Amino acid sequence: MADQIKSEASPSVAAPAVELIGIDKRFGAVHANRAVSLRIAVGSIHGIIGENGAGKSTLMSILYGYYQADAGEIRIAGKPVHIGNSHDALAHGIGMVHQHFMLVDPFTVLENVMLGVEGGYLLAAGAAQARAELQRLQRDYKLEVDLDTPVGELPVGLQQRVEILKALYRGAQVLILDEPTGVLTPQEADHLFRILRALRDEGKTVILITHKLREILEVTDRVTVMRQGAVVAERATRDTTKEELAELMVGRKVLLRVEKSPAKPGPVVLEVRGLTVIDGAGVRRVKDVSFDVRAGEIVGIAGVSGNGQSELLEALSGIRRASSGTVKIKGSECGVTHTIDPRAMRALGLAHVPEDRQRMGLVTAFAINESAILGYHDDKRYNGPLLMDRDKIIDLCGRQMGDYDVRPPDPRLRTAALSGGNQQKVVLAREFDRDPELLLVGQPTRGVDIGAIEFIHRRLIAMRDAGKAVLLVSVELDEILSLADRILVMFDGRVVGEVAPAQATEQKLGLMMAGASEAAA
Amino acid sequence: MSAAPPSSLPRWADVVVLPAANLLAAFILSGLVVVAIGENPFQAMSILVTGAFGNAESIGYTLYYATNFVFTGLAVAIAFHAGLFNIGGEGQAYIGGLGVGLACLWLGGLLPAPIMVPVAILTGAAFGAAWATVPAYLQAYRGSHIVITTIMFNFIAASVMTYLMVNVLIKPGQQSPESHEFAAAATLPRLHEMAESFGLEMATSPLNLAFVWALLCAGWYHLFLWRTRWGYEIRAVGANETAAIYAGISPARITILVMAISGALAGFVALNELMGVHYRIILNFTGGYGFVGIAVALIGRNRALGICLASLLFGALYQGGSELSLDMPTVTRELVVVIQGLVILFCGALENVFRGRIAQLFRRLTPAAA
Repeated sequence: MADQIKSEASPSVAAPAVELIGIDKRFGAVHANRAVSLRIAVGSIHGIIGENGAGKSTLMSILYGYYQADAGEIRIAGKPVHIGNSHDALAHGIGMVHQHFMLVDPFTVLENVMLGVEGGYLLAAGAAQARAELQRLQRDYKLEVDLDTPVGELPVGLQQRVEILKALYRGAQVLILDEPTGVLTPQEADHLFRILRALRDEGKTVILITHKLREILEVTDRVTVMRQGAVVAERATRDTTKEELAELMVGRKVLLRVEKSPAKPGPVVLEVRGLTVIDGAGVRRVKDVSFDVRAGEIVGIAGVSGNGQSELLEALSGIRRASSGTVKIKGSECGVTHTIDPRAMRALGLAHVPEDRQRMGLVTAFAINESAILGYHDDKRYNGPLLMDRDKIIDLCGRQMGDYDVRPPDPRLRTAALSGGNQQKVVLAREFDRDPELLLVGQPTRGVDIGAIEFIHRRLIAMRDAGKAVLLVSVELDEILSLADRILVMFDGRVVGEVAPAQATEQKLGLMMAGASEAAA
Repeated sequence: MSAAPPSSLPRWADVVVLPAANLLAAFILSGLVVVAIGENPFQAMSILVTGAFGNAESIGYTLYYATNFVFTGLAVAIAFHAGLFNIGGEGQAYIGGLGVGLACLWLGGLLPAPIMVPVAILTGAAFGAAWATVPAYLQAYRGSHIVITTIMFNFIAASVMTYLMVNVLIKPGQQSPESHEFAAAATLPRLHEMAESFGLEMATSPLNLAFVWALLCAGWYHLFLWRTRWGYEIRAVGANETAAIYAGISPARITILVMAISGALAGFVALNELMGVHYRIILNFTGGYGFVGIAVALIGRNRALGICLASLLFGALYQGGSELSLDMPTVTRELVVVIQGLVILFCGALENVFRGRIAQLFRRLTPAAA
């Protein structure tokens, strides 16, 4: 099938690989795409950048056949086509690598790639053919991965390669990647970019959806900026800058790097000694970790997600029992090894912004004012002997929403109705508003718009300057580098080193995050 | 990304249009069944409606049945708010009846009615709660799935009650397993009797004071779930257990609490049946009300008002259905159960079959409204 499409495409080299003309899409009241037109040249890497909710994913979902446009036309290699589902998309040579991988963990790489295109009732013949074809693809595009390893045993960077192989094996000429680097270390991301360049050089077309400016500048040839469902600009990548793209995305000037004064560390607020966490499956997630966080400083924990940061945060906040070690807040022992009691930790002056706001930080089915008292629902301020004072809660929530510029500022809306950035602001408002001594902050800007990121970063700095101790866990190196006063790097459950931000570079941190042994190699 | 799912409906449509469409579908199919046995479906429908609402007496019967469904519907719904599927309403009602019955048998002659009735309410609640707490404990601390254990506890309750009725509580010297009759102080007054004492005329029916208690329970249910911190905790555990743990709420404790409340509510069926109608403990007085409570909660969307309306619907189906089988001999008791089953099927199990289509219709009707 791949050959077929190639032969069709080759006569019309001048025609763009993909052309979208006047694509319009509404979901109820939301106008997700407004007359979007886009031309993507054959053999190019084309970036689409925009904040969450700018309509990039909707646009690509239309191209991939998940949604039908209300109006507009899709042309592939110059010919108008109808794409009713992902099968149609594949038939037209369009493949997609999703943000969340669509892989069957216990299946091997080969089995995953073959899934859905087994080619007959018996597997053997198809498997042999697939193996030969995959080996060719791997050679051509530097996509090395062992075909007989179960996918679940591969690191995420390699799982992503399997997704790319899947798309290529199905004859994709145009490859859409949706936020592909979210789960990768900088080194893995660099490798991905090398693969994308190799694909481009072989004449494939790559569409890269991302909200990270660095990636756009590093790997794309052209970039389209979307805002509020519409295309606001298109640039040749070499002619643009980070600052210009950020301004186009947000619609106003943004500070990419927070301005902050040097930290004035005070007494130790959080003291962690020899903390070890073993999870339900008996795996040691946190291994003998010790560190201090002082009042008036931000300690950043860098690391690829899944290296024990989540479990560390959970143990410190009282959600998960530690198996050994001690934690002291302002000198008082928390007993993290024998009780699970987030309320007691809060009483000691701890506030926790969890890593995953939708899974843990909020109840999305609740009204915003109900989510805004999560963890503080016992507070005397709005609790009578029996009934809660709904009006007081709504007042409190309304004030917090005003302070943190949550939009729309209606405490009666369902939490799920807010965008990611606004949901995060609700969590921050709730946790910061209680004047805590110690802040545990996990991934504060994951899936948050650039405008809101700036706001959240400034609030974190303000808390630090107010003399709070802040422990920041983030997989975004940019964030760690610009906020932290000291950086700890976690790998495989251990703190493998401490770096001062002045001496830290993405490369240096990246190597530490990948573990010392790989760094040596 | 932030787009609404394609099948979203305005809230009022979700609450009104969808149940109406489901109900209509159930009645159309029921009509076809009636046609198939050679009767006139419109006549059958008319008998059913008149049987349920035609006169004061039939309305009284309808409300009397509805009372049971309010109790069991609330019982299922409150557990559901904590994410628990309590299938054991039947058994909890049965054991609750044991509590009510024992209190009435032992204390009925000693206490005056104003004290006896609250005592019976408390013992019924306590027995129902205790019966529900065992599966709750097993779920909370031993990981045994509550659906399985509550189903099994229905069977255990039935066996225990049969044993007690036949061997212990049976009134000596008779064949049928019934207890002694309760003393007058241990009975709930019928509403028509109460109306009479105020000089009002009301048709005779088994409708009794338990009906008022059911409405109070529905009001309490609403306040408890939406206006207290315990209700908040229950809903938090049901909507997002991880977030609840983060907030310092123990899902295990909530499981026990909510199942105890659920069992207590189910236990109140005995007030209506034993203290209000039979004036003694009898076998199988629960008659499937506990199971229908699941459908009532589903159709009522786990809301107090919805549950009351759904209870009225099922009360009407019970009362109108029995009139139907009397007036149309070809429409047997079993066929009435088929009709009830179809209502449960469409409103409960298949509640979303029409959702996509209705959502589509709404989008077509309001294209430019956005």
